[in-house]
Amino acid sequence: MAPIGVDEWVARQGERAEELPGWRGDAARFFARVGWWPKLAVIGLLGALFPVLSPNDFQLQVGINALLLAMLALGLNISVGWAGLLDLGYIAFYGFGAYGFALLSSQQLHSPDGIHLQAWQSIPMVLIAAAILGLLVGLPSRRLIGDYLAIVTLFFGEVWLEFTTNVATDKLGGPNGIPSIDPIKGFGQQILTLKGYYYFLLVAILVVIASLHLLDQSRTGRAWRAVREDPLAANMMTIPVNRLKLMAFSFGAVVAALAGTIFAASQGGVFPTDFDTPFLILIYAGLILGGSGSIAGAVLGGLVVSVTLEFLRNPTEAGYLFYGMIILTLVARTRPWVKLAGIVVGTVAFGYAAHAIVGAVSSAATAGSPHSGGWVGDLLGNWVIVPANPKNFGNICFVILICALIALVQMKRSTLRTVLLIPVIYLAACVWESRLAVEPSITRQILIGAILIVMMNWRPQGLLGRRRVEVV
Amino acid sequence: MHFFLQQVVNGLTTGSLYALIALGYSMVYGVLKLLNFAHGDLYMLGAFVGYFVLQWFGGADGLSIPVPLVLLFMFTAAAFSMGGLGMAIERFAYRPLRDAPRIAPLITALGVSFFLENAVLWLFGAQTRIYNTPEFISFKTGIHIGAFSIDIVRIMVIVLSLALMFALREIVNRTTLGKSMRAVAIDREAAEMLGINVDRTIALTFFLGSALAGIAGVMAGLVFNQVYNLIGFVAGLKAFTAAVVGGIGSLPGAVLGGLLIGLAESFAAGYISSTYQNLIVFGVLIVVMLVRPSGLLGHAKIEKV
Repeated sequence: MAPIGVDEWVARQGERAEELPGWRGDAARFFARVGWWPKLAVIGLLGALFPVLSPNDFQLQVGINALLLAMLALGLNISVGWAGLLDLGYIAFYGFGAYGFALLSSQQLHSPDGIHLQAWQSIPMVLIAAAILGLLVGLPSRRLIGDYLAIVTLFFGEVWLEFTTNVATDKLGGPNGIPSIDPIKGFGQQILTLKGYYYFLLVAILVVIASLHLLDQSRTGRAWRAVREDPLAANMMTIPVNRLKLMAFSFGAVVAALAGTIFAASQGGVFPTDFDTPFLILIYAGLILGGSGSIAGAVLGGLVVSVTLEFLRNPTEAGYLFYGMIILTLVARTRPWVKLAGIVVGTVAFGYAAHAIVGAVSSAATAGSPHSGGWVGDLLGNWVIVPANPKNFGNICFVILICALIALVQMKRSTLRTVLLIPVIYLAACVWESRLAVEPSITRQILIGAILIVMMNWRPQGLLGRRRVEVV
Repeated sequence: MHFFLQQVVNGLTTGSLYALIALGYSMVYGVLKLLNFAHGDLYMLGAFVGYFVLQWFGGADGLSIPVPLVLLFMFTAAAFSMGGLGMAIERFAYRPLRDAPRIAPLITALGVSFFLENAVLWLFGAQTRIYNTPEFISFKTGIHIGAFSIDIVRIMVIVLSLALMFALREIVNRTTLGKSMRAVAIDREAAEMLGINVDRTIALTFFLGSALAGIAGVMAGLVFNQVYNLIGFVAGLKAFTAAVVGGIGSLPGAVLGGLLIGLAESFAAGYISSTYQNLIVFGVLIVVMLVRPSGLLGHAKIEKV
């Protein structure tokens, strides 16, 4: 929190003074000097290289999902990050895009032939409709602020879910969704492969990033930030606050609907449950992790969250990720090196000691084997405690672990904290091996929730966002 | 006619559950101006605690101690454990964010809610737990007039809710804690300057609100019989709207809103269609929020600078 009664330039004095010295500082300054379009070109090239590595279909699908999440995070960033409006019905725009495209390119409407528009007709139609829907949903934002707006939009999301599930089931398919949607086609061409969709999505996201960047730099972008910081003051400066709020909703809706159309076309079918609240929370997790208010942050957050969660499907890969994260965090956050070495050696020794003692008392208590496969599993065989029936043990340890983590964060004395870190890491490993790695789908969700809580408390500006300076 | 009365009774039962949850929402919103999304999940966890206490004493069909005693234990255990959990959540997730921009605690609350829902799924599994109330509290006891009937469970829910609401009103209006709660709700900084322990007041507010949610969870288990990890989300949503319809921050408003929502829902289900029940309720709520965001008993807030 900045000192009260200073302007932003003065408030950031400390940050400028702390600018990195040495080569890292040089690199950061060089990076800051490069214009935005060379950066974008580099990112586009890197993205285009991915299919050249000849990944299999599953990996391509992971790539498509990651890009979709990044695009959704970009759209959410407009209302949440820039305009400061908490939109919890955002997922409905995504669903609207997908259902709109599905209706215009399948057998659902106008039987018996159905409607089969070309993509260059249907996508703009869906996007325009989404923009209007965004305006309508944004209307409450003229009167409601903060939490009220959040709840109205949340209801909108729920109404959308109920609507697609229960209303007009002959047209919208009810819970069974809409099957056999046409691929994206136009000018005699069709996109039929995953690789094709990947490239289409990549181009789309680059266009979205470029336009959002220009938007951010424009009068509108600056005005949004002014509205976010203080609507009343913005109004005094003759900024049309209501119009800007509506615009934020509308622009976000268009980006989400674009993602929806591509999603529907690449999947070939849409279901109401593709657009439910857990997915909304996933988008939020991506945006918050990357840094709300920053384009690069939204993209990075979306990609990281999506790809990370894919890794969690396979216990062995999830194991690499889990232990890798622990080691990385330790290396990054512990100074000096002696302390780091102490923690690592201590944890290893503690583990073997605990395993030996518990094994000597009761052999059933260590009878289970760690859930991670591969060399990680072999390595951990005599280190973690996994009883023959790991379920209850894992559950109890999980609850203890949460309490221990919270206690650790609250602890003031650093020596005690370092010492206690060792059993906590060990406990985390035990829980992971006996329980978390077993049910990866739930572990994913728990992690998403944890990301939101931890990021908001520890680093609310996200990985790439700029810290907001409160100027009073 | 009896169909109408039946809907009224059903509406009042669910309505008093919503009212209990809404009270917690409203209290927390009053002192912290925070929309605590995790509140609905405390209700869900309360239902689970009640279920486990019931199992501890032998389950629905083999109770080892008298029924009223079991009910007492279920309610007390749920109230105290949820109260404690609510305090813990406030301490670790919301307190560090008290001076952050408004959007930060909201997103944290979303995260807490999501975390709780999935932690419960993970700890207790996805299967639905059945209280099996008819096994130990017969539905035959109660008031029966012709085709119209109120069973004893519903009577108990309504009476107990009313008693709790009355007790809460007394706490807020008569005790020192209630006085400091009202002071913190009006102006936190000024309250702190006058020597009120704001941290303690907020923590106790969370305790009271969460305990009510836990009790409502046990009641929901007794009435609806089914308990699983997602019952909290929609119930929490409706309860929040109940709080808003009544006027957020106003405790009588929360009760009124809860009963209205319960009645609206039961009439929508009874006379229109249960498929569209949620759709209708949500639609009505959106309209109410747009037309009168300050609620029925709330005061329109004038923003001063």
